[in-house]
Amino acid sequence: MISKSALAEYGLNMTQGVTSTSQDIYDLHMLIFWVCVVIGVVVFGAIFYSIISFRKSQGAKAAHFHESTTVELIWTGIPILILIAMAIPASKVLIDIETLDKADMTVKITGHQWKWQYEYPEQGIGYISNLAQSSKDAINSDKKPENYLLEVDNPLVLPVDTKIRFLITSSDVIHNWWVPELAVKQDANPGFINDSWTEIDKEGVYRGQCAELCGKDHGFMPIVVEAVSKDAFAAWVAGQKAGAEAAAASATKTWSEDELMASGENIYNTNCSGCHQKDGSGIPGVFPAMSGSSITNGPAAEHLDIVINGKGGMPAFKMLGDSDLASVITYERRAFGNSGSVVQPSDVTSAR
Amino acid sequence: MNNTAAHDDHHGPEKGLLRWIKTTNHKDIGTLYLWFAFAMLIVGGALAMGIRAELLHPGLQLMDPHFFNQLTTMHGLIMVFGAIMPAMVGLGNWLIPMMVGAPDMALPRLNNWSFWILPFAALILVSTFFMEGGAPAFGWTFYAPLSTAFAPDSTDFFIFAVHLLGFSSIMGAINIIATVLNMRAPEMRLMDMPLFVWTWLITSFLLIGAMPVLAGVVTMMLTDRNFGTAFFDATGGGDPVMFQHIFWFFGHPEVYIMILPAFGIISHILPTFARKPLFGYSSMVYATASIAFLSYIVWAHHMFLTGMPVAGELYFMYATMLIAVPTGVKVFNWVATMWKGSLTFEAPMLWALSFVFLFTIGGFSGLMLGIAPADIQYHDTYFVVAHFHYVLVTGSLWAIIAATLYWLPKWVGKMYNEKLAKIHFWWAMISVNVLFFPQHFLGLAGMPRRIPDYSLQFADFNWISSIGAFAFGLSFILFAYIVVDCIRNGAPTSERPWYSAKGLEWTLSSPAAYHSFNTPPSRAEILEESQHS
Repeated sequence: MISKSALAEYGLNMTQGVTSTSQDIYDLHMLIFWVCVVIGVVVFGAIFYSIISFRKSQGAKAAHFHESTTVELIWTGIPILILIAMAIPASKVLIDIETLDKADMTVKITGHQWKWQYEYPEQGIGYISNLAQSSKDAINSDKKPENYLLEVDNPLVLPVDTKIRFLITSSDVIHNWWVPELAVKQDANPGFINDSWTEIDKEGVYRGQCAELCGKDHGFMPIVVEAVSKDAFAAWVAGQKAGAEAAAASATKTWSEDELMASGENIYNTNCSGCHQKDGSGIPGVFPAMSGSSITNGPAAEHLDIVINGKGGMPAFKMLGDSDLASVITYERRAFGNSGSVVQPSDVTSAR
Repeated sequence: MNNTAAHDDHHGPEKGLLRWIKTTNHKDIGTLYLWFAFAMLIVGGALAMGIRAELLHPGLQLMDPHFFNQLTTMHGLIMVFGAIMPAMVGLGNWLIPMMVGAPDMALPRLNNWSFWILPFAALILVSTFFMEGGAPAFGWTFYAPLSTAFAPDSTDFFIFAVHLLGFSSIMGAINIIATVLNMRAPEMRLMDMPLFVWTWLITSFLLIGAMPVLAGVVTMMLTDRNFGTAFFDATGGGDPVMFQHIFWFFGHPEVYIMILPAFGIISHILPTFARKPLFGYSSMVYATASIAFLSYIVWAHHMFLTGMPVAGELYFMYATMLIAVPTGVKVFNWVATMWKGSLTFEAPMLWALSFVFLFTIGGFSGLMLGIAPADIQYHDTYFVVAHFHYVLVTGSLWAIIAATLYWLPKWVGKMYNEKLAKIHFWWAMISVNVLFFPQHFLGLAGMPRRIPDYSLQFADFNWISSIGAFAFGLSFILFAYIVVDCIRNGAPTSERPWYSAKGLEWTLSSPAAYHSFNTPPSRAEILEESQHS
């Protein structure tokens, strides 16, 4: 018992997870593992026996046999039988994973460089999930929080005991949405939608990461799933809807420059500073500088177009709300020594 | 024939540096390939040291993530295209003419060209580090669209370098096929050929089949990046997943290109030090050919998570599992070769034995990765990193080191320092396992590959792995010393320093003459030296 908990701390083996899929995969993994161990014991045993018993220094005389069709047939045939024995359960698990008759709800997941967007089309809500500020602050510090690099600002909230279909896509490069405890891992391909599903058995917080190299901050776009009871999920959805209405209301008013700059700085540091850097200096040849640029100091229309629709390697940010976009664009145009014009949420609404 | 022989005697090597630039001699070119590969091994190794130094502790201590991605990308590209492949071609150049009883390679000028393209391709590739935006940072597999719309300008130089490397490999492969089929001693039948020749012949066909596909995919990248096509861009009607299909149609044969000649090398060394003929010569040939065939029909097992239909996943899983059968036959034959032998443990034998042991571990993890549903949890984690380093480092690289020590006395006519070689072996053997074995645990515990920083539960094993990496990296200084010391100060050896070794190369003087066989060996000599007598 003691040794088991010590092993768990270091994480030596695959997780058993909290879904029937993750349990099936774990069982399959252990089955193949033990088959390999048995073959290994036989093969390595024969090697070690040869090394120990057939040494020249012990007076071993070499035999001269070098062919036996019978033996060759045996060790071609036995592996084939072992492989068939492995292929049967593997096929069964695979077909189970890939078959979903009817889902109770749907979540659309979109990968962006370098954050995840979650949308609940049936509930009419959606939001962006970024690496938590506590982890960002700890990158260069000796004191790291408990879930360093595995914490986000807005986790994906899901109900337990519900068949959930994921529709997974990307707005820029290929990402991969992976939560080991759910055993869901699926590529997010730009321009295509993949699907996957899960049914979580246990309430809890489950953490994962992007599993496909997607550029500079590939290691900094974690996934946090909060599995809650069905009632708690319904309450959470109601709260999200109220919040969305308040945000929509704020988009129609006219903001002061100070308000825009204050909110813009946060949004910039969350969404933009990864490439364009916190001080707006960019990385020459890859990510253009904000300070002194002809876009941030030029007409607002072009700036709005690039941020909303993207350009080349620059992803589109149309998933942000009007007031958020107005704030961050104003911040880019007024901070870093720039002297571009202020942009209001209504400008964003008309530019869309 | 006598006239040609007399004529050839007037041609020794040229003096000075020009000898190496103008040479058309298989031994000179083999030497060039091997030193080039060693230089690239050191460059790629230095990049790996950078990677492991950053991963020693959680947090970003030494570099920003963009530079980290450049290191992982260039480490992979340099090791695959700069170190392992050229080293295998170098060994092929040195050994194939001697093993088939030929004076030289069939196409000597082409041979010169295939080598001399390489240093320039490597320079172009490495120079991208100093360009604006940095070197390629999209992984050695360069998946689109990260490598097309989202990549720095230096990517076009990377594409050019890949084209050059491809030319070199294709010409090298043509040369080996022509040599084996046309220059073989007239009395040598195909089924008399030693296994290193067989494995290289089959590898050459893999190269000719796979490298043009690589050239095709990088050309599609080039036109997507610069000429407005949309092969891999969904907004223009293309498909990023198609990139992966084309890449892995090259990529899977590519991994067998790196391992098949290694199988050949091990099949020479084990019988010598077991003092017993290779068990199952013909089944070894058939197994190699089966592996080569299967390598063309399993590519999408690298792509189980791209959204493939279940029927596709089932097919690629079954086809992949089949590879275990011929690979298993090889391992069983090697064990049977040792069984009831009379074993001694000189350095080449130690490397060959640990190859069988560690490559088999890499084979087990490969079998596990081939099981499509389990791959959901293994895919793109450190479990994959551990797997391919067990087959490429303790597989291909191990065989290259074993071959170097085994045939070095033939090449230079002197013996290396056995004591130092044994120290080097144990140093590398222990450190490589400290380096790569914990990566299995990291992957199973959920650490993705290609990340510059990680959460705290991965800290301990990363620290152990990095310490192993530094120790393993240092071991190559000792290896370089052993080789140079042998060339300079080694004790002169006889023509057959491993007196139990068989093969036509051991009938030549040590060091072998500039042109290997001026008169082809007789049927009796061939049979006497063949692996199945």
